[in-house]
Amino acid sequence: MEKELWKGNEAIAEAAVRAGVNCFFGYPITPQNEIPEYMSARLPEVGGVFVQSESELAAINMVYGASSAGMRAMTSSSSPGVSLKQEGISYMAGAELPGVIVNVMRGGPGLGTIQPSQCDYFQATRGGGNGDYRTIVLAPCNIQEAVDMTQEAFDLADLYRTPVVVLADGMIGQMMEPIVWHDVPKRELPPKDWAANGRRGRDHNNFITSLRMDAPDCEEHNRALQRKYDLITEKEVRWEELDTEDCEILITAYGTPARIATSAIEELRAKGVKAGLFRPKTVWPFPSKRLAEIAAQPSLKAILVVEMSMGQMVEDVQLATKCVKPIGFHGRPGGMFPSVEGIMEQAEKLLKEVQ
Amino acid sequence: MSTVPGWMTACRLTALVGHSGSGKTEVAVNMTVALARAGVRMALADLDIVNPYFRSRERRDILAELGVRFVASSQALVDADVPALPAELNTLLQDASLRSILDIGGDAGARVLARYRHQIQAQPHEMLLVLNAHRPRTRTAEQAIASLRQIEATMGLRMTGIVNNTHLCGETEVKDVLLGAALARQVSDQTDIPVVCHCAARPLAGRLPELDAPVFPIDIYMKKPWER
Repeated sequence: MEKELWKGNEAIAEAAVRAGVNCFFGYPITPQNEIPEYMSARLPEVGGVFVQSESELAAINMVYGASSAGMRAMTSSSSPGVSLKQEGISYMAGAELPGVIVNVMRGGPGLGTIQPSQCDYFQATRGGGNGDYRTIVLAPCNIQEAVDMTQEAFDLADLYRTPVVVLADGMIGQMMEPIVWHDVPKRELPPKDWAANGRRGRDHNNFITSLRMDAPDCEEHNRALQRKYDLITEKEVRWEELDTEDCEILITAYGTPARIATSAIEELRAKGVKAGLFRPKTVWPFPSKRLAEIAAQPSLKAILVVEMSMGQMVEDVQLATKCVKPIGFHGRPGGMFPSVEGIMEQAEKLLKEVQ
Repeated sequence: MSTVPGWMTACRLTALVGHSGSGKTEVAVNMTVALARAGVRMALADLDIVNPYFRSRERRDILAELGVRFVASSQALVDADVPALPAELNTLLQDASLRSILDIGGDAGARVLARYRHQIQAQPHEMLLVLNAHRPRTRTAEQAIASLRQIEATMGLRMTGIVNNTHLCGETEVKDVLLGAALARQVSDQTDIPVVCHCAARPLAGRLPELDAPVFPIDIYMKKPWER
């Protein structure tokens, strides 16, 4: 198959088109602007709907509406814009509506910087809005994966009737890499017989709402949602490992820092330091079970978590491993990257400390 | 001191334009470095008002070492997404003793040149279209010419040359450069705009066959944070 050179944001948009997205609603913000820009030209070509909404709130509520009618709908934004969408995402989770939300993260808090970051990990993996809910969170580390995950996100959203977040740092959105447009495996999906898209011969109207006034009913709804999240945790958790069989130091990172960590691991190995990589591809559900297994390996001396934040995923690593091995953290917040040298230095320092 | 090929010294003012992601910045930095190393008094302007990342400003250090005058909007303005242009740009357009290269943003980014159209037209200048045949919207001659005409309309200036910069980042092979050379040839034949050079990363450049225009061996300056 022929390789093409795509920019991350454009590739995510085209992937959504190939996944059959019917509607895109969004509001501009750097560093994700190429997604709505691409969609504005491309969606009309395939009979889809593009709306540049008046705000992020409007965009996510348009996704709610279109999804209620059974459409494949998506929105994209970057950190501050995704904060604005949290209410709508919570309502979608409550109303059990599928939808895809792409967050091309930039440095925060507040308006922060347009440079890349991973500071929205907590927001993405803990629900983000009000209420007891989770969203599936896919975390690509290259453009090919961003393309594949975006396509899969629509199937996952429809299968579980839940919002799915594609969590990319700004680098994934802005950089260019060769990709191949190959067929992504499709899920078998149930019919959308719940959609509010006309009576269609049914004996009842379909209502879409997150409002559950009756407390016992609302409790049962929460328990049903939890059963769904348990099922997702059982079936959809994904990760990648590199050189974990014999490693004495395990670097855990997702997205761009995982790429930088891979270069650091190569150089550490060349120096005789047995380093390995654990890269969650779903950050919710988090690959806790497998990480705990690696942490228990007798050869493993320490874990170094690398993030473009002040330390968020590190808490999931602590929870997953129950801190059976010392856990170090190396983070660059505010739009800065960890360097290969910086990771090597921290890994070697941590190993020295535990020896 | 190295020598530079004739196509690079055709005139003192060159703007690099093209479809988004065609590699204008990499070509601009490489041309600037090649000319500066040959002892030419150089200036490079980063006038990209479209892209927030992978900007020629990130290579300021190398340019400073070579004594290149570097012109860009303040970082604060760029990171605030304000499409402001540096006043110092006028120096590059007026000072005939400077060899100036303008690094322009993709597609609509060419609009920054519209404002300076009359100043540019008043002197010998080059508008080089940077072309990558592996980019999704410039894969055929028809698409590439549509993009070229669109950019010409945006800036109100005519293209004077084509730079084949076809690559797949670190996965580029000889066949990719040749694919781009064939596309550049087709575009050239249909528009009468000459192909001025074919870019290829230095290790690849030596393996290319004879082509219709000189090969420009380039070094990769715009690296990703994990690339060494």
